[in-house]
Amino acid sequence: MRHPWRRLKSALPILAIVVLAGLLSGCGGPFPQSGLRPASDFARSLDELFRGIFFWAVIVFVLVEGALLVAVFRFRDRQGKRAAEHVHGNTILEISWTIAPAIILVLIAVPTIRTIWEVDRPTTDPDALLIEAVGRQWWWEFRYPELGIVTANEIHVPVGRTVDIRLTSADVIHSFWFPRAGGKRDVIPGHENQLWFKMDSVGVFPGQCAEFCGMSHALMKMEMVSESVEDFEAWVAQQQRPALGTGDTAPPAQPQEVAEGEEVPEPQADPLDAGLRAVLEAGNQAFLGSGCIACHRIAGTVAAGVLGPDLTHIGSRRTIAAGILENTPEEMARWLRDPGAVKPGALMPTLNLDEDTIRTLVAYLESLK
Amino acid sequence: MSVSEASHDTAGTAAVHEGTYSGGLWSWVTTVDHKRIGIMYAVFAFFFFLVGGLEALLIRIQLGSPESTLIDPDLYNQLFTMHGTTMVFLAVMPLSAAFFNFMVPLQIGARDVAFPRLNAFSLWVFVFGALFLNSSFLFGGAPDAGWFGYANLTSTQYSPGVRIDFWVLGLQILGVSSIAAALNFIVTIINLRAPGMSLMRMPLFTWMTFVTSFLLILAFPAITVGLVLLMFDRTFGTSFFNPAAGGDVLLWQHLFWIFGHPEVYILLLPGLGIVSEVIPTFSRKPLFGYPFVVYSGILIAFLGFGVWAHHMFAVGLGPIGNTVFSATTMLIAIPTGVKIFNWIATMWGGSLRFKMPLYFAVGFIAMFIIGGLSGVMHSSAAADLQQTDSYFVVAHIHYVLFGGVIFALFSGIYYWFPKITGKMLSEGIGKAHFWLMIISFNLTFFPQHYLGMHGMPRRTFTYQEGLGFEAMNLMSTIGSLVLGFSILIFLWNVFHSLRKGESAGPDPWGGATLEWAIDSPPPHYNFRVEPVVHSRDPLWAEGGLDVDVNDPTAPEPHMPSPSLWPCILAFGLVLAAIGAVAKALLIVLLGAGVVVAAIYGWAFQPLER
Repeated sequence: MRHPWRRLKSALPILAIVVLAGLLSGCGGPFPQSGLRPASDFARSLDELFRGIFFWAVIVFVLVEGALLVAVFRFRDRQGKRAAEHVHGNTILEISWTIAPAIILVLIAVPTIRTIWEVDRPTTDPDALLIEAVGRQWWWEFRYPELGIVTANEIHVPVGRTVDIRLTSADVIHSFWFPRAGGKRDVIPGHENQLWFKMDSVGVFPGQCAEFCGMSHALMKMEMVSESVEDFEAWVAQQQRPALGTGDTAPPAQPQEVAEGEEVPEPQADPLDAGLRAVLEAGNQAFLGSGCIACHRIAGTVAAGVLGPDLTHIGSRRTIAAGILENTPEEMARWLRDPGAVKPGALMPTLNLDEDTIRTLVAYLESLK
Repeated sequence: MSVSEASHDTAGTAAVHEGTYSGGLWSWVTTVDHKRIGIMYAVFAFFFFLVGGLEALLIRIQLGSPESTLIDPDLYNQLFTMHGTTMVFLAVMPLSAAFFNFMVPLQIGARDVAFPRLNAFSLWVFVFGALFLNSSFLFGGAPDAGWFGYANLTSTQYSPGVRIDFWVLGLQILGVSSIAAALNFIVTIINLRAPGMSLMRMPLFTWMTFVTSFLLILAFPAITVGLVLLMFDRTFGTSFFNPAAGGDVLLWQHLFWIFGHPEVYILLLPGLGIVSEVIPTFSRKPLFGYPFVVYSGILIAFLGFGVWAHHMFAVGLGPIGNTVFSATTMLIAIPTGVKIFNWIATMWGGSLRFKMPLYFAVGFIAMFIIGGLSGVMHSSAAADLQQTDSYFVVAHIHYVLFGGVIFALFSGIYYWFPKITGKMLSEGIGKAHFWLMIISFNLTFFPQHYLGMHGMPRRTFTYQEGLGFEAMNLMSTIGSLVLGFSILIFLWNVFHSLRKGESAGPDPWGGATLEWAIDSPPPHYNFRVEPVVHSRDPLWAEGGLDVDVNDPTAPEPHMPSPSLWPCILAFGLVLAAIGAVAKALLIVLLGAGVVVAAIYGWAFQPLER
């Protein structure tokens, strides 16, 4: 009989491939959407819990697969000479390998239940910032009811302050998931769900819908801009202003928050030169004239549609089409030419606009900051 | 060791029993012989396994590179929906049914199942239902709302057209087949066991068939209720799942998963049964802890009804619900672990003969452990908030259902192929099949754990560049292509062995259970003389069986005559479904007419001519 270790050698190529596959699996970085790179209190508690479970899983894996391998190599009988022991069972063994996993499961269950009661209950933070997220085929609407802001696909949150997100759906079931901010929560028509977390890092974090919701589910993405309190407040102030070029070219009104303190806002000069103003007015006319207003809203104009994203500050967003396209004039034009080519099944119809109208509209929309 | 090895002239009896499979196409369509029905189940199931596999390969090719435009999202969504639906209902379940059919009567020493015509009916309902479901590709597209069909995406508002109608009706038809088969096997196992075979002497595979059959009749009504409600919503404008009219979309999820989780064990338990047969045979040692293996199977099935909401940890059940379902889910790990430990203990101290069935059984245990451990990770409701609906779950289910169930089913195929066909499968080709399959399986699915944890959601037709998903997806795609190739090697093995394979003889492996006491393939009446059983491993008993079950001087048993009615009845059911999809009342009524006529024909046709 050959030594068991020498027999193991025959399995080495296989082991090598499996280990290599495991190592290679880690490649590809830097994983901006990874649940293993927590950036909030919520994500951190899930991560810590997962690592604890993973630790036990590795131990069980090594022990049980090890026992299997030893059995396979030690009791292998190539010549058919060894006589098998005819045992039928052993009650002590049975009881012990029933109890051993039970103990490990208790060690997993205790932190699990503790974490469930931590993350599955409403937040008790009185200072939490309320945000309403509405899932729609296939984009996200974000509303800040306390601040009077409506935006789409781009959620801004202040670092270090709890955000309390209320989730509803306008059509089918979606799931709200920013892996680096924590676990997912389904967005269900007819139910209001809730999720809260406190970001602890500044940055732009990608997220996307995690429940199959129809044709372009894979393209229902979003971004979270986690920023310092000052940057967040600046963003709030900007979003609260009526957009430039919304027909009313008077200097924008200053929001209350920024106007506090000794700094008295100076009346701003009209930022629009005559040429730009012409483009904007033409764009405004084109926007009002090509049916856009049936679905979209631009605060301060007659456009008050509610089916599509609010475009009041579209020019200030990093991306368009639910995180699929960068917000550049070229991509905006591409979207306007044929939305269905970018996002199959999108509710926005192909408007058959001529290139001049598209140019006008793009200039107009990009100016809405 | 086995009595049949000593007392039988293999070559001679093989010629005598050629009649088992002779006869033209008509004899197969009208057959009520459990062995022929088993073979047809296997052939159709394997065909749909290839179809589902092809769908999987198209999915993987699309995901091989970021933002690929090879397959548009409309087709992709049909492919992943049909891949899941096909593998669950048209491949794995009927492949298990093939073994139920062929092996259970042989293992309990019976001449057939309790209701041979009902058995044929189950087969034809499955075959016609499967063709009906897949015909949707030709009529406006296949179902595209996922195999789980979450409401309200399946409503007429969000899924107009006939795609979902095909799914709703197809699954109801397949449910009829499963319930009829399950009742048949329960009655068979309770009533037709050979004298002396008490429940606690039944072979493990028969035991797991028995448990699975109960799961089927208890789980399918839940999805049937859901499907009927959905059919009413879609056809008659009711609002069970319409939130705008006071319906609740979560009702569907509860109904579906009360079926859906036991369904996982419906897929798994037959495989556990197969492995529990193969390991003792090739360890030359009785199964360690037989009663514990039996009870743990029952316990898994029982607990399987109390864990459905672990598929719903992200829906916001609240802390109490999530705690309860986390705890019940974790409990399942205990009986599952008991089974694994008992298999290892069976091998321990044994005399392991590494033939292909044992290769696949050991491969099964090794992969199933990984799937079980990732399952424990999901059972933690909080940790699962990151994992659910990500590729981590895709990896998990494939370690359980491919690394687990498919490996176990291949173990069963290599183990019983000689019994079914009278020919041995080639060990050499088998090894190539096994090693290629287990390596490429891991290459395909192991990286998906990382993909999920790094934030890739499942059921997405593409992913954007820059998220770090490219390399692992490419690995997975390459693995899947090799995996597909390994299945072709298996097919080659089957064709090669059917033509040139070694003759098997009654008992090529030295098995302990009754099926090895008769010829391969068995004569159409199985046992000429009813066996009498005195122990769990009757063929390993001192002196073997005490009756000659093949005694040529005994009178030849009468067997039931063939009948076409089960096939016609099945056709009538599907005809009615075709009418329902086409919204043609006339065809529905015609189908109903065929059903009624076939029931009459069936009832008045004498059992034996």
